[in-house]
Amino acid sequence: MPKSTEFEARVDPAEGRLSLAGDCRAADLEALETALREWAATGSRSVDLSAARRFDIGPAWILKRAMADAATAPAVNGSLPAHFSYLDEVLDGASARTADIAPPPREPAGLVRLGRALEIRGESWYEALTYGGKLISTAGLAWRSWKHLRIPSIVRHAYETGYQAVPVVAVIAFLISVISAYISAQQLRPYGGEIYTVDIVALGVLRELGVLLTAIMVAGRTGSAYAAELGVMKLNDEVDALESMGINPYEVLVLPRVLGLIVALPLLTIVADFMGLFGGAMLTRYLIDLPWPQFFTRLDEAIAPTTFWAGLVKAPVFGLLIGLTGTLRGLQVRESSRELGRLTTVAVVQSIFLVIFADALFAIFFLEIDF
Amino acid sequence: MAAAAPEVIISVRDLVNRFGPQTVHDGVSFDVHAGEVFGIVGGSGSGKSVLLKTMLGLRKPDSGVVEVEGRDITCMSDRELREVKRRYGVTFQHGALFTSLTVTENVILPMVEMLELDETTLQSLAELRLRMVGLSVEAGAKFPAQLSGGMTKRAALARALALDPALLFLDEPTAGLDPIAATAFDDLVLYLRRALGLTVVMVTHDLDTLARTCDRVAVLVDGKVIVDTLPGIVRNEHPWIREYFHGARGRLMAPAGEGEVRGA
Repeated sequence: MPKSTEFEARVDPAEGRLSLAGDCRAADLEALETALREWAATGSRSVDLSAARRFDIGPAWILKRAMADAATAPAVNGSLPAHFSYLDEVLDGASARTADIAPPPREPAGLVRLGRALEIRGESWYEALTYGGKLISTAGLAWRSWKHLRIPSIVRHAYETGYQAVPVVAVIAFLISVISAYISAQQLRPYGGEIYTVDIVALGVLRELGVLLTAIMVAGRTGSAYAAELGVMKLNDEVDALESMGINPYEVLVLPRVLGLIVALPLLTIVADFMGLFGGAMLTRYLIDLPWPQFFTRLDEAIAPTTFWAGLVKAPVFGLLIGLTGTLRGLQVRESSRELGRLTTVAVVQSIFLVIFADALFAIFFLEIDF
Repeated sequence: MAAAAPEVIISVRDLVNRFGPQTVHDGVSFDVHAGEVFGIVGGSGSGKSVLLKTMLGLRKPDSGVVEVEGRDITCMSDRELREVKRRYGVTFQHGALFTSLTVTENVILPMVEMLELDETTLQSLAELRLRMVGLSVEAGAKFPAQLSGGMTKRAALARALALDPALLFLDEPTAGLDPIAATAFDDLVLYLRRALGLTVVMVTHDLDTLARTCDRVAVLVDGKVIVDTLPGIVRNEHPWIREYFHGARGRLMAPAGEGEVRGA
């Protein structure tokens, strides 16, 4: 809005008089507000509107309120803005005084806040549990027939979360194994044990790094996508629409996503393992001059038959955790776009946390059973 | 109000909008006069929303001119366009309230962005807007998801009015409201027009709203526009317009409209 250049507000402190001149538009609210504050400080005794012209309704309201706030009704010179009668209608008898505006509710005390936070946390756990239960029962029923299992949908999600993630997962696995091979070779060189670089890379990639990095990558990529997709569907009432048609949203939306991820993550892990070993082989070839055939001989000695499986068996579990977290957080979105952003973040952070936590449990378990 | 020689506030000339091979507007020209309520009707896909977006400067037309107060907005810089848009108040079909803000925060937002004001002043201005559209102050603390359809439309109007616009654009303001709420909304628009001297451009399918509030009506048909007062439009012989106003639903119009409509 262009500022009406003619607007002018002057306060005469000695007389407690406010003089307004020209058009007072919404853009002049700042100037008006400043003048009114000064005016209130000088006792708000009189208003001179003889040079004032058109008022917008916002400024008129602010002026009216300031006049109502004055201890004694200020004397008015000139005619009041035309909007005052309309404002009286709007107010419908209620007062315009600032003091009558209800103060914002006070922040609750510390103990109350703690209680609320605990309650919300408890509800969240309860919700996660019922969610798991519903999903298990849905999964049980879905085996009834091919139709309910929704193979095409599962394949689509496996394609989107698996196949499309191949390039990024491959590059990351390659780089990580190059880095770990490089550092190991450097550390082992003083002892003349550079050949053990192969052991470190092979064990590290196959048992831990391959599957863990893939899972973290997928948690960032797919966990967020699941949460955002389902969250927007929820905001658009699409989930309710499915339910109202007698279609189980868990069967249509959640199960294919989770199953798709359970299928995709092991396959991605195999890609990551392969690329990791390739990276290790390349680095040892150029850094410690180990020819390709010798790398593979050494590799064969270094790993047990179970090493590869010890990594791969974790992949479906990680997929399940990521899929469950992403879809659950998506379906928890309610009411607002901010919720959508918050829960998408929560989905990613929690699924990464769960993946690493589960990996730690696996490590202890495998150690105990000597796998 | 419209004087003898009405002041033109928006002037659309030879507007052409195309989507690929499909021509939505094929040389659309009309004027919107200051202080009038201007209705836009048309079938689904006739380009009402595209026309509204073009007038709002959200879409550049393929050719043609849109002048707001004598200045062409189709070839303005972004800065100038923003200046013009500050004179607009807009409500969208589904409210388009910001879901993560309360109603009061929604209403305050344009003022916070454009002006530096005290918190109490802002609160009090928000209260004014809410009261103007007939919402209680308590409703201001609610989030958009907690509002009924009618309240959402009112809250959207309150936000549109926040900066004392000279021009108000309403997209389907009464769609989805019950007749009582729709009538109240019509009253509100008329009241605001009378009290504030606003110019209102409204896309609507509600025949009652058209009859009660609009001074003139533009009908979008076959990529062209026909502008007239409502009785004039109702008498028009174009087959689509006849169907629109004289179909099963349109017959409700007859008692309120012209006597000869019955016989037609």
